[in-house]
This record gives sequence, structure tokens and C-alpha cells, in this order.
Amino acid sequence: MADIRGNFLGIKSPNPFWLASAPPTDKEYNVRRAFEAGWGGVVWKTLGLDPHVVNVNGPRYGAVWGADRRLLGLNNIELITDRPLEVNLREITSVKRDYPDRAVIVSLMVPCDEESWKGIIPLVEATGADGIELNFGCPHGMSERGMGSAVGQVPEYIEMVARWCKQATRMPVIVKLTPNITDIRYPARAAKAGGADAVSLINTVSSITSVNLDTFSPEPSIDGKGSHGGYCGPAVKPIALNMVAEIARDAETRGLPISGIGGVTTWRDAAEFIALGCGNVQVCTAAMTYGFRVVQEMIAGLEAWMDEKGHACLDDIIGRAVPNVTDWQYLNLNYVAKAKIDQDLCISCGRCFAACEDTSHQAIAMKEGRVFEVKDDECVACNLCVNVCPVEGCIEMVPMQAGETDPRTGRIVEDTYANWTMHPNNPGRVAAE
Amino acid sequence: MDPQRMPGIRPGRLDEDTLAAHFSDLHAPLTPHEALVAADRCYFCHDAPCVTACPTSIDIPLFIRQIATEQPKASAKTIFAQNILGGMCARVCPTETLCEEACVREAAEGRPVEIGRLQRFATDAMMAAGTHPFTRAAATGKHVAVVGAGPAGLACAHRLALKGHDVTLYDARPKAGGLNEYGIAAYKSTGDFAQAELDWLLAIGGITLRTGARLGAELSLDALRAEHDAVFLGIGLSGVNALEVDGAAREGVADAVDFIAELRQAQELSALPVGRNVVVLGGGMTAVDAAVQSKLLGAENVTIVYRRGQERMSASGFEQELAASKGVTLRFNARPVAVLGNGAVREVEFEYTEEGPDGLTGTGETFCIPADQVFRAIGQTLGDVPAGLTLERGKIRVDAEGFTGLEGVWAGGDCATGGDDLTVTAVAEGRDAAEAIHRALS
Repeated sequence: MADIRGNFLGIKSPNPFWLASAPPTDKEYNVRRAFEAGWGGVVWKTLGLDPHVVNVNGPRYGAVWGADRRLLGLNNIELITDRPLEVNLREITSVKRDYPDRAVIVSLMVPCDEESWKGIIPLVEATGADGIELNFGCPHGMSERGMGSAVGQVPEYIEMVARWCKQATRMPVIVKLTPNITDIRYPARAAKAGGADAVSLINTVSSITSVNLDTFSPEPSIDGKGSHGGYCGPAVKPIALNMVAEIARDAETRGLPISGIGGVTTWRDAAEFIALGCGNVQVCTAAMTYGFRVVQEMIAGLEAWMDEKGHACLDDIIGRAVPNVTDWQYLNLNYVAKAKIDQDLCISCGRCFAACEDTSHQAIAMKEGRVFEVKDDECVACNLCVNVCPVEGCIEMVPMQAGETDPRTGRIVEDTYANWTMHPNNPGRVAAE
Repeated sequence: MDPQRMPGIRPGRLDEDTLAAHFSDLHAPLTPHEALVAADRCYFCHDAPCVTACPTSIDIPLFIRQIATEQPKASAKTIFAQNILGGMCARVCPTETLCEEACVREAAEGRPVEIGRLQRFATDAMMAAGTHPFTRAAATGKHVAVVGAGPAGLACAHRLALKGHDVTLYDARPKAGGLNEYGIAAYKSTGDFAQAELDWLLAIGGITLRTGARLGAELSLDALRAEHDAVFLGIGLSGVNALEVDGAAREGVADAVDFIAELRQAQELSALPVGRNVVVLGGGMTAVDAAVQSKLLGAENVTIVYRRGQERMSASGFEQELAASKGVTLRFNARPVAVLGNGAVREVEFEYTEEGPDGLTGTGETFCIPADQVFRAIGQTLGDVPAGLTLERGKIRVDAEGFTGLEGVWAGGDCATGGDDLTVTAVAEGRDAAEAIHRALS
């Protein structure tokens, strides 16, 4: 059986599934339930200085749903913990004492001055927690007070605060990044420059999930008004994967440990984050949607996949996909594929036809008896038919072999690699030597 | 003695509460939550096969998407634009052999999108709101007679009124609705839906209803033609095939259609008499409706006997399963040879049959089934038809738009050629004839 024990910055956990700093980790009661359900670790919901913040007394969450009201995206306007610091510290101490094998990280957010940061760290250290995570990510509420993403959007602040924290503790310091920024590499580089041991990402995306068309208020609506919230859940996973990959392959931050966050819902999501360079993953929305028990599927699924593929431990898969993330200009333009519809699996819904005919390259023929076939001489292999087909595996992209003639272009498929940098249409091409 | 086991044809075999439960909605309406879940299953297919399979060509993917986006009344308008009796069709269509059979999810999973129930959800929403989705065009001054206020006549009258024509809608029976009112199993049209739908449909305006007016009695085609700019005949099938065996006239032998009509009009189901042992002759929907309702009324033993094999039965697989699930016995390959009894019927004698090169033949081997009551469901026929119309295979011959060839006269529904005796087909024919009449009058 594959060994999925995690070792992130020397912090051990029985599996790489941590609960992210969020409502599920706000209290001892929740965290104990989480550990009983099998979670490998938690990042305790963000602590701040007393007097503790207050939350709105109306709805805190908004949502986006897919078919059958499956929750695809969740948005929140909840702030950091709204309980006294002392209560949280006491509970963290108690939980860590009872679950020494689980990772307990404490998320922190205090005003952007040295005294505040250096003041709270010894209190956290005294709990026996394994590390701290600096919350430079929350885009709502706290950012208006100069904290959260207001810090995370200024690389100089990130570096400064990270340095203060490293000076103040022997605990590993993780910097949690906001995605509400143009280029994620800058804050990651700043964190590294400040001495942070790792980055975690992504925090939530600034968002308005919907507008109430009776009251014309954004949702969630507080007495007729709404404020932007932070978006998370399956819908943000692609954004998170890209940002993780950008950091993993950046020359300046390559090798910096990453804790992956953003829509992890299944073992597969987790494996993808890990393959793009994450040492572990943090989960929130999946637990908030389905309860803590979902971790059992994640654990079993990851183990089963690793066993099937012969991966013995997490180190065997961490970062395995990173070398395959490249820039567009280096993609092989001599690679030619064609869509192929499996007639045995096809249920004749015709969505591929509508998509291709109306919005793509008119490369699917609708024949007598609702038989749909790809016209190879029109197909540019865009993959849209694959993506709109309701039957998994019914349409596949089949690569053409070298030596075959592409009926669309009339050109022979070459087995050499050629990219945009060499292409004759590229005004800035580098001439072949 | 248990009233169900008492011999003869008698009322009160079951108490009112049991009867009320037995005759409640066969397919309960979807709740809003159920409707959203069901609507989410639709793939919004291209050139959707369900639409092709619908005789009225309702834009099914669109109306389901409108339910999914929480616009059930807009959804209803999509339905009514093609089929003004979309509410009744949602209840009585054999969707399992039409739209739902064609649904790609039937192919994919053996479980189609619940198109019929979704259609009911949408149409109920609009009818409950009491709104009518269409407004009449300016009056044309033309006047059309529509004879027969069944599905074909109602669809025709509505479409003509919509176009601004004045319509007089005649029907021989005391109530309008035709088979919607008199010919459908009670559990498919509960709560007096047929009359509610009629009232709602007539709200378009411009339609004058005259009941108790029968063609060939109170009405003559010549007079109608003289007094109107056009005539549409949707007179249905008023006759039934005779049972030509010994004893066919015995007391206890009746037409299934009359039983079904009587049951639909009954104020108190416990007052409706039914046999202890009921035998239904036939293999269509009428046979199933009569058999199932006999069973639900409290008959102890109900048997449908069809002269050919099960695969030839015109009642759908769903209908056959419904009958079986209610405890009706289905027997095949047997034809009645005599109705036996001393005065009233006591049993029916059957002969086994086989299909060969010479058609259906008897094997000579017989058996008997006890019966207090026998229902004939062996086909309906066109009644007397006015002179000037051409008949073809026992129906009024019409072209694709319902024109009879007699100037100013169109026909549709069960009385005319081209259909398949389904409500939804009659609606399509009435609607299309109205369009043809409108073009002819414009």
C-alpha cells in the first residue's frame, strides 16, 4: 500500500489532507470531529488581536450551482475568528495535546506592524502548534482595515512581515497568498525573500455570486446591501492550479514548498495539486459541502491511484507535472490530432454537432439516423466536442502519426518538434542555425 | 361476505376512501424541487429526438430549460404555442412510446428525462395562475364552424380564434371535451381537469360553445357550410365494433367506452356497479383503461383477453405493466367464441389462436373464463358521415392539412385519415387544419 504520510516543512501528518483556515477549523469542537474523521491536519481559523472582530448577523455565504444544485462555487463575507484570542489559544493547546500525530497550524492576521506580529507569535508557540500561516489572502472585510489581501497585494509588505515572523519564531512560517493579483510570482518571490518556509495558495477570489432581482441587492444580502466576498470551491480550482504551477516553475521560487488550496474536492484534485508541486493540500469547501467524512474518499482514492501507478510515497509524485508546464510558444505545432467519436458510446444528443457547427469549425457531420461523425478535413482538434459531450470517453482526441497526411492542411505530419519561436509567420522568430 | 366476492354486477365493492385513493393521480405532479432536479437532466440536444417524436413538435429542450431557469410560465407558453392542450397531453400522452422513448437518456441510461411530468409542471403553473398566454388577433369577420369539441376541435377552434376568426364550437354531448371528458381513465385526469382546461382554453375569446348539437340530427353539413366561411369536423369515432359471437347480447356485456365515460361522469364511485369477475376483450388503451378501472372499483378478478400475441398489443408496455401492477391478468392468443350464461353472462368461452400465412386462425382448443361483466374494447368506428365526404379505410379522407376535398370542409382527429388515435395527434391535426383554414380565408 502506498505511503501517503505527509512531511511538510518537517511537520508530520498521517495524510496530506489538511483542513484550510476557515469556519471548519474555528473551534475545538469542529477540529476534534475533523481529526476523528481522519483529516491529517488543520490550519486553525485565523486568529487576530483582541478585541475580537464581529461578523454580520445575516447571511455570510453566497453560492453558484451546477446541475442538480451541485455546489460549484461558494463565496463568503465572514471575517477572521470572532472569539477571544485566549479561548482559541486554550483550545489549540488542548487539541494538539490530544492529537500529537496531526498537524496543527495556526493562521494569523494582525495589523501590519512589527509589534503586533512579534507580540502574538509567542502566544501561539506556547500552544504547541506545529507552525503558523500568515493570512495575506482574505479579500473581504479585513482588507479594508489594511490586513489580509491588502498586505498580500504588496510584495514589499509580504517580505517585511515574513521576515518579522521568522525572526520571532522557530516554527515554520507559511505565507498564504491572495489570487487577487496580476502575477502570483511576485508575492511568492517576496515571501521567499522574507525567509518564509513555504507558501500556501490560493486564498479566495474577490467575487459577487449573484444579484437578487427582486431587491437588486448583491447576494448574500445584508439588509438590502451586499459586499464582495471571497470565492472558493470547485470553480476556482483551475485558477489555483495555474498559480501553483507558476510558482513551482519560476526560476526564483522553484523548490519553495507549496501547500495547495483551491477547490480540492476529491482525491484526484489533490493528486493534481501535488503533481504540480504541492507538498500537501488544504480543503475547505468540500468539507463545508459534504461534511468531514469526505476525507475518507480522498485518502482511499489517493492510495488506490498511487498503488495502481506504482507510486510508493508522496515524494514520488510531488512536482511530477511541473516539467510539463510550459509557455504557449514552446508547444509543438507539429502535433496533429483529430476528434474521434465512439459510435458505441454515442447517445446521439448532437451537442457536439451544435457546438462545432455554431461555434467552431463545422467539422462534425450529422448523418441519417442521428449519426455524428467527425470530418477530418475540417477538424482542428479544438476539443470543444469532447468538452460538451455528456458521455465521458465518447469523443477522444486521437494523435495522427508521423508520415500521415493531415486531410485539413494536406501536409504530412512530421515527427520533428517545431514551435512558434521557429514558425515562419512569427515576425520575431529565431532563425534556425 | 366481503363485497368484493359478491357475485353479479353491483356497486359498493370498496369504500369511498379506498376508491378515492385508487382513483387519485396516476402520476402525482412534480414538486418544484423535483421539477428542478428532473429538468437538470435534460441535455438540450441538437435537433432533439424528443421533438421529432412529439406529434405536436413541442420545443421540449427549450421548455425544460425554462423550467430549469425557474420560468415555468414562460415554459408553459413554449408548450402551448405548439399544443394548446399541453396540460391534458402531459397527463395522457403515452410518453413512453413518444418523446420519452426518443430521449437520449433513455438510450444512455434506460431512464429518460421525465418530459411528461415536466410538461405538466409547467402547464399547471400557468393554468393555476389563471393566465392565458395568447391574445386574439383583430377580428377578421370570418366565421368557422367546428364540429366536435374534443382534442382536435378544441385545438382547431383555439387556433382559429387566435387568428381573429369567430368560431362556433358544436358538440353532441352535454359537455364539451370529447374523449378528454368522456374517454380517459379517471386517474389520468383528476380534479375535473378536462373542464378546467376547457374553460381556460375558451378564455382566448371568440369561441361560442353549443353542446347537444349532433351532426346528422340538430346539425347538417350543408347548413353549416351555408352559414359559415369554413367547417372543421372533429367528430371522433362514435360507433363501436360489434362482438359477433353467440350470446353477445347477454346482460352484462357492454362497451368499454361507455363504462369509461360513465365512470368519468360518476359523482360517487361507490355507486357505480362493477362485476366480481370482469373480462375485457381487446388489446388497446381502451381495454387497459376499462380493465384497470374495473379492478380499482373493486372487481375481484379482471382479465384482458387479446386475440393476438402480446407484441401486437397496441397498448404500450407501460400500460400493460400498469394493468399487471394493479392485478389485472393479461391473456394473449385467444379469441371469444361464445358468451355463455343463463340470461346474464356467466362465463366467456375462448379459442386459442395462432398467426399463420392465412392470418389469425383458431386452433380448436377452448377454455372458459368466469365473467359477470364483459367489456368490448375491440375498436371504434366512424358513425354516419354526411354526403359529399370521401371515406378511406373507414375514416374521412383528408390531405396533410386536413382538407377533405369538399369545398370549405376540413377534418381531423380520430374521424379522419392520417392519425393514430392519440389525443396529441388530434391536437396537431386540429391545429394544422386551423392554419390551413386561416390561409384559405385570408
